[in-house]
Amino acid sequence: MKICVLIKQVPDKDSKIRINSDSKTIDSTNITNIINESDNYALEEALLLKEKHGGEVVVCTFGNESSNGIIKTALAKGADRGIFIINTKPHYIDILNVAKIITDNIKSEKFDIILSGLQSDDSGNCQLGLLIAEMLNTSHASLVMSTEMIDDSTIKVKQELESGWFQWTELNFPTSLTIQSGINTPRYAALRGIMMAKNKPVEKIELDISGYTPFLSLEKLYIPSKSKETQFINGAPEEIASTIVNILANEIKVL
Amino acid sequence: MKALIFIQTEDNKILRSCTESISGIQAVLNTADDSIDTLFLDSSVQGELETYEVNINHLITDIRKFNPLEYICIMESMISELSPDIIIFSHTYQTRDWAPRLSARLNIPFVSDCINIVKEEDGVLLTKQMYQGKVNADILAKSPVIVSFQSGAFRADEIKEGTSDTHEKSLNLNINTESIRPLDKFKESKGEVDLSSAEIIVSVGRGISKEEHMHLVKELSESLSAELGSSRPVVDYGWLPHERQVGSSGQVVSPKLYLAIGISGAIQHQVGMKGSDNIMAINKDPNAPIFEIADYGIVGDLFEIVPKLTELIKNHQS
Ligand SMILES: Cc1cc2nc3c(=O)[nH]c(=O)nc-3n(C[C@H](O)[C@H](O)[C@H](O)COP(=O)(O)OP(=O)(O)OC[C@H]3O[C@@H](n4cnc5c(N)ncnc54)[C@H](O)[C@@H]3O)c2cc1C
Ligand SMILES: Nc1ncnc2c1ncn2[C@@H]1O[C@H](COP(=O)(O)O)[C@@H](O)[C@H]1O
Repeated sequence: MKICVLIKQVPDKDSKIRINSDSKTIDSTNITNIINESDNYALEEALLLKEKHGGEVVVCTFGNESSNGIIKTALAKGADRGIFIINTKPHYIDILNVAKIITDNIKSEKFDIILSGLQSDDSGNCQLGLLIAEMLNTSHASLVMSTEMIDDSTIKVKQELESGWFQWTELNFPTSLTIQSGINTPRYAALRGIMMAKNKPVEKIELDISGYTPFLSLEKLYIPSKSKETQFINGAPEEIASTIVNILANEIKVL
Repeated sequence: MKALIFIQTEDNKILRSCTESISGIQAVLNTADDSIDTLFLDSSVQGELETYEVNINHLITDIRKFNPLEYICIMESMISELSPDIIIFSHTYQTRDWAPRLSARLNIPFVSDCINIVKEEDGVLLTKQMYQGKVNADILAKSPVIVSFQSGAFRADEIKEGTSDTHEKSLNLNINTESIRPLDKFKESKGEVDLSSAEIIVSVGRGISKEEHMHLVKELSESLSAELGSSRPVVDYGWLPHERQVGSSGQVVSPKLYLAIGISGAIQHQVGMKGSDNIMAINKDPNAPIFEIADYGIVGDLFEIVPKLTELIKNHQS
């Protein structure tokens, strides 16, 4: 079984996001980059599938030079090799073009399963896995919460639906699944894995994006304005705590 | 400009987020050259749709249960017939399961989870959240474009009423959907905890950082006789059972006091708690989106504030 996991580098959730003066890019200084949350679960699911049923796990990312870090992490956790599509001119690229770029560079691999995160924490499109499914003419399922192999070329997945509903769906290979967080418990890279990762192959592709015509244009990034008047409570921790008690007792009246 | 809105239904009712979309689009497409059509598959909402000020409602009559591949073909066929400039969805779970594929099939971009739309010369300017609500992005799209709106982006009660006609149509689609076989829908057995009736909820997020720290919020919650709630990651990590999760894939709550501790306030969390009477948030990041909806805000370290607060509450009560 040949499994591809699409992973993306995003800022750590606790990073402070600052917008550059061009109003179109994010200031990358002081940002810690990590693998996108749901992609981490997707990677774990791929490793579990491989451990149970055999096969190969290939991780693929399209991003700037610094994305090398997440490929290394994924290899250290147990992925077998990497495909690193390097974006030499990082700027906003609409997700339809991202899908074309990735598809163009992985289609010859003929993967049985392509796993991706449900949504990237930075651009939040919730799209890539399905765009690629269409481009490669595979089956697909989104919001996957559980997987179960039925036979060599069929998989059953549990999907999360609206208002607390779930559904099992059977899919023929090749297939593209978008993974929801919480599906498993992602492992950490062990020292042995980190050592072994050094010898694992990473195919680096320097991409010239000029062949891809943009569909959308990013006009402006800005910090959203507040919709509610918030009363901020300041001071040392003791003062804050005593003001809160006061509010709970006298304003909200729950004490 | 011509819009086509896909109407999603549940239990024979139009999803609220779809009525919101109609309302939002009515406000933007309001000249004589504009028109709004809807597309729906469940005849039981025909009566309601006909009370709104839109052009034509298209009812597709020969549809079996949901299959993403079939829905894509329906939309593809109606789009080629009607040539809309914008194709509109609500950003629901079902939309996520087929609209992106439609985008790839038609080679039309899809801007998902938008919160605003403005008409421009030859397209639309769309606003969407990025970085989990910490940043807004304005994106210019030439028509045709596919757009989905976040729930709550527009007000359903501002919808313009009027009359509209319904055209019935059967498409006789003969497509092979065998590669995707949805089985029956089901609900998981309900947990013991019903957060929706709680008066006070102390809710904890990833900011608590380690399972060993969970006792801090548990003690605070006990001191207030509150129910303990949480954001999704805390449940994903296994630190609390799913029945304590608040949000779009958890419970929807509206207590007198919602105390959010170390929760950033992503939209999927907000939809579960923004109806609370009073929202108080403790977060070290002054730009955390939770402060956009909080009545009371404390910018600070939860590890310094929570233990003190628990102590003072206990003192207050004795
Ligand atoms: C389809 C879908 C459904 C989802 N359903 C839900 C749902 O039902 N419920 C839900 O909650 N989420 C849901 N999510 C996830 C959601 O998008 C967010 O990822 C999640 O809500 C983030 O949780 P959080 O705020 O705890 O974590 P983060 O976003 O990581 O926020 C942690 C916060 O803690 C603060 N912090 C860190 N350390 C401290 C400290 N020492 N003191 C004070 N503050 C600190 C940080 O500043 C940060 O703001 C869903 C996502 C998807 C895609
Ligand atoms: N540039 C990228 N490189 C590799 N994978 C990506 C990239 N962008 C998005 N993905 C994958 O697609 C998922 C959904 O992303 P999105 O459609 O942007 O919300 C992510 O969770 C990743 O798994």
